[in-house]
Amino acid sequence: MLNQLESQYSESLAALENVTDSESLHAWEIKYLGKKGSVTLLLRSTGQLPAEERANFGKRANEVKNLLFEAYAAREKLVAEQELALDLEEGALDVTLPGRERPAGGLHPSTQTLRQYAEIWAEMGFQVYRSRDVETDEYNFQLLNFPPHHPARDMQDTFHTTEPNVILRTQTSPGQIRAMHELGENGTQPIRVILPGMVYRYEQITSRSEVQFNQVEGLAIGHNIRMSDLKGTVTEFAKRMYGDNVRLRFRASYFPFTEPGMEIDVECFLCGGEGCRVCKYAGWLEIAGSGMVHPNVLRNGGYDPTIWSGFAFGMGPERATMLKHGIRDIRYFWGNDLRFLEQF
Amino acid sequence: MQVPVSWLKDYVDIDIPIELLAERLTLAGLEVGSIHYIGVPQGHVEGIRWPTSNHLVWDREKLLLGAVREVKSHPNADKLVLAMVDYGGADLEQCVTGAPNLFEYKDKGALNPPLWAVFAAEGAEVWDGHSDEPKRMILKEKALRGIPNRSMVCSEKELGMSEDHEGIILLEEQPGLRPGMPIQDVLGDIILEVELTPNLARCYSIIGVAREVAALLDKPMCYPSYEFVAEGAPIAGQVQIDIREPDLNPRFTLSLIRDVTIKPSPQWLQRRLKLVGQRPINNIVDITNYITFEIGQPLHAFDYDKLAARAAGKMPTIITRLATAGETLETLDEVKRTLEPHNILVCDTAGVLSFGGLIGGAETEISPETKNVLLEGANWNFINIRRTMQSQKIQTDAGARFSRGVHPSQAILGVQRGIELMRQTSGGIIAKGMIDTYPKQQPTVKVDLAISEIERLLGMGFTADEAAKFLRRLEFDVKAEGETLHVTTPDYRLDITGDDPVTGQADLIEEIARIYGYDNIPDTIIADAMPPQWANIPLEREERTRDILVAIGLRETISYRLTSPEREALLIPSGMEAPKNGGYVELANPISADKTAMRHTLLISMLENAFNNQRYNARQQIFEIGNVYFKREGQLLPDEPRRLGILMTGPRRTSNWLKDDAGGNVDFYDLKGVVEELLVGLHLSDVSYARASHPSFHPGRSAQLSVGKTEIGTLGELHPIVARTFDLTAAPILVAELDLDALLDLVQDRHEVKPLPITPPVLQDIAIVVNEETPAAAVEAVIVQAGGDLLKGVSLFDVYRGDPIPTGQKSLAYNLVYQTDERTLKDEEVARVHKRIVKAVERELGAKLRA
Ligand SMILES: [Zn+2]
Repeated sequence: MLNQLESQYSESLAALENVTDSESLHAWEIKYLGKKGSVTLLLRSTGQLPAEERANFGKRANEVKNLLFEAYAAREKLVAEQELALDLEEGALDVTLPGRERPAGGLHPSTQTLRQYAEIWAEMGFQVYRSRDVETDEYNFQLLNFPPHHPARDMQDTFHTTEPNVILRTQTSPGQIRAMHELGENGTQPIRVILPGMVYRYEQITSRSEVQFNQVEGLAIGHNIRMSDLKGTVTEFAKRMYGDNVRLRFRASYFPFTEPGMEIDVECFLCGGEGCRVCKYAGWLEIAGSGMVHPNVLRNGGYDPTIWSGFAFGMGPERATMLKHGIRDIRYFWGNDLRFLEQF
Repeated sequence: MQVPVSWLKDYVDIDIPIELLAERLTLAGLEVGSIHYIGVPQGHVEGIRWPTSNHLVWDREKLLLGAVREVKSHPNADKLVLAMVDYGGADLEQCVTGAPNLFEYKDKGALNPPLWAVFAAEGAEVWDGHSDEPKRMILKEKALRGIPNRSMVCSEKELGMSEDHEGIILLEEQPGLRPGMPIQDVLGDIILEVELTPNLARCYSIIGVAREVAALLDKPMCYPSYEFVAEGAPIAGQVQIDIREPDLNPRFTLSLIRDVTIKPSPQWLQRRLKLVGQRPINNIVDITNYITFEIGQPLHAFDYDKLAARAAGKMPTIITRLATAGETLETLDEVKRTLEPHNILVCDTAGVLSFGGLIGGAETEISPETKNVLLEGANWNFINIRRTMQSQKIQTDAGARFSRGVHPSQAILGVQRGIELMRQTSGGIIAKGMIDTYPKQQPTVKVDLAISEIERLLGMGFTADEAAKFLRRLEFDVKAEGETLHVTTPDYRLDITGDDPVTGQADLIEEIARIYGYDNIPDTIIADAMPPQWANIPLEREERTRDILVAIGLRETISYRLTSPEREALLIPSGMEAPKNGGYVELANPISADKTAMRHTLLISMLENAFNNQRYNARQQIFEIGNVYFKREGQLLPDEPRRLGILMTGPRRTSNWLKDDAGGNVDFYDLKGVVEELLVGLHLSDVSYARASHPSFHPGRSAQLSVGKTEIGTLGELHPIVARTFDLTAAPILVAELDLDALLDLVQDRHEVKPLPITPPVLQDIAIVVNEETPAAAVEAVIVQAGGDLLKGVSLFDVYRGDPIPTGQKSLAYNLVYQTDERTLKDEEVARVHKRIVKAVERELGAKLRA
């Protein structure tokens, strides 16, 4: 009997060595350790042995049983690990196949740039003031110091409407007058606003010119607003927009509603000022027209120019967006081709 | 405007590199757009960048001034000659050339004086004169019809000066020429292309730019002489002037020169005109043009004898007046023009001679036979000139200047300088005196500048002395008195305001800042008090609307706001009536037939976008926020309400390689889901939908949205007829157009958050059979009403038609949620309310509980 036990023990251990999956492990268990398993049956037959052999055999049989259960448990763990590894391998995907699209919405690039402008200017206390698209000649030109037939009007080709003296605004500047009237309380309150909005020009539509585009104009009026403040404020804006190391250039220029007037250039951020196609090899990009508010414009807004002063600037968000992303055709903006919009 | 540096140097000494000068001019407001080099090398200045020029630089060792001492015939060729050139070397160089302008000197022996030509030595780089394409070449030795040749005499084309290759360059004798000079020093030049803003009218001439250069470099100006030698009979009695509109023609000046010879201008004059883009014509006409470019005062020359003939024995009278109805004039550009009442004219007793300040008439122009010339220098109102240029479509160099404004002081200077140059080049005799009528005197502009104003405007102070120095550099006359500068404006400037002290001071401060340099003014942060801030609710809510729609997955578009009433009419199927709107804001000068008016609806923008996109994108889910424009009776300016448009079409989901169910095309309920999500996002309640009757929409698949009692807009499927009209038939087009102003006005500043329930809900389903025409909203309203406080939620989860439901009826199944905040509900309580609901739908809707 003891011999039989020992041979079953070694046979079952050898068999366990060959078990590689849970199915054959289960079969092994039934064969040796199940209710009718050979080892179980041997154990059960202890009673049939002569009494003097019983103790010895029983002790060994229990030992064998425990050893086999241990071996089984160890094997089970191994098999489980192997099987998991196999499963994971078989479940592997081609990770290079494309994922399921989850089409996102998105803001129009002009809105994105306008928001960026508004956010930066808001931090400097400039709030958004919006005004109408269809304007009178008076607000768009005369109150801004463009007399009728003045050559300065040649700078802006105008869409006239069939209603005399009603035009599509050529600039957001008429909003300066409207803001002064609405917020200035008869020239007694300081003002700090930006005026974003669509403006219209009588132009042929080409890759470089459009009949409508956004402008963001800024206006600050106070008792102590100076050209140095204009320079400093726009410089702060440019740092936020183009990075801390940005370099600006201020050039004398002319707008009827400013005196002095100036153009502001930023060092080309594409070539670092070395000269490239975008900056036409000059190293500079125009970012804003600006100046001190003309005394006549202050007066037209209800302010006494001897004690109030102000600055104004105007920027083109589409142009800025084009420069930033290397967009070569301004017609993309109102073409609304989804293949363009989806790139933002 | 083209500014040749060689010409500029007549009036001001320039001792800095031209690239630096161009930068200084640009910063001072005279923007130099480009620099063109003629033969001289491009300069490089640290920190200043100009595009690299690829012009031909004339080799200082190999391209030299040559004196042609003799022209010999070529032994083997009739069409070639041998030019014997002294280029400063030990021996004469023999150049074989076919230049036709040397043939008249052939075999005439030694030439004394010599012909001055451009000599290119062996190895010199020039442009290939025989190539149609620009091509450079290096001179190499080569025999021409048996005669060895290694050098040449050059044409303008070979030097890159023009396309002229008819003959070689032959220079007129002038002091200082000597054989062997580098040709760079004789013909080399640099042209600055200067762009002038309207306030810089005074700079519209070489002298005008020279004054700015002088001021920037702090150099003196060297003006040309305005003296003239008059030896003829006095002009008085030979012509008179009658100015009828002094406001439009403040000044008119005449001088007379007799016995002129009409001939080509001297070479220096021709070259300068060519450099500024003018074609030389003859000595008299060229001088009128030259003065226009030199000092900015346009001149006009009449054939005096033709005027005399028209006066028929009487003394010619120049009359300036407005045109009368029906008058016509044939101008020098051979256009016969009908004159308008605002056109100011130069006339005589027999009729119209020319447009004042713009263009002459053909009849009295200078001809090769002209003997006696009457020279006009006049002044004109710039606003009026601009009007006539626009209405008559005239663009001339004179008009370009007068329409920007020329000071009347320049008229007499122009005539004095012009008549003397005519004398020098035509051999005529100038009549003594001038006729100068100046009825509308331009007042001298004087401004008192308080020094404290400079700091108030610029943010940096200058002493009276410093400020005065900057102004004097610009030829202002300045007298300092304590902290005030008494400033008198030079007589060529019209841009300094004299009648408004604040503006006048600002004008002067700009001049100080320009010369000082804007870049040198410090950068400061606004120290002024922050203005009162305000809540910008319409904008904030608009931006929130955008964010919600983007979060739902829609793309924002921005479209042209210009369209045409004809395009928008296509939105209404024929026979149906358009929604009552205001009128159109129509353009008087549209740019194209599809952009003649401001839009009334976003539908037109969205459908056009959808059409443009459908070739590439079957699935489109977009929105647009923008204005529409309604002209109203009795209102000068239109209403500009804000609208929100949504368009969805194509597959609900994008297709992919996994072949997932794409879910079909979007339909009404997709669009409604977006609208509902938006309204939830805006925390709007009391929302209702009713069938809509908008003609652009499918009558059975569109809804009128209301919030409370306010109508917000229409959403639904595009009417199939409209879809066909716009060629959008691939899939249903779902669109919405909402009144964004009305919608956002209803948004509350705050909304309350409900506490989270602490007791478990009791869930029950109910299925109700109602007649087909009973709207779901009515069923839900009855359930909510009957459910009372305990019913916390109702949601439809099934709509079923068919067996065993009788035809004409439908079953609506709802999940009902019962809950109270205080305690766990007892079954009997729920059963009681549930029963009440069943009774209510039976009673009020004739509904049955589905078994
Ligand atoms: Zn660049």
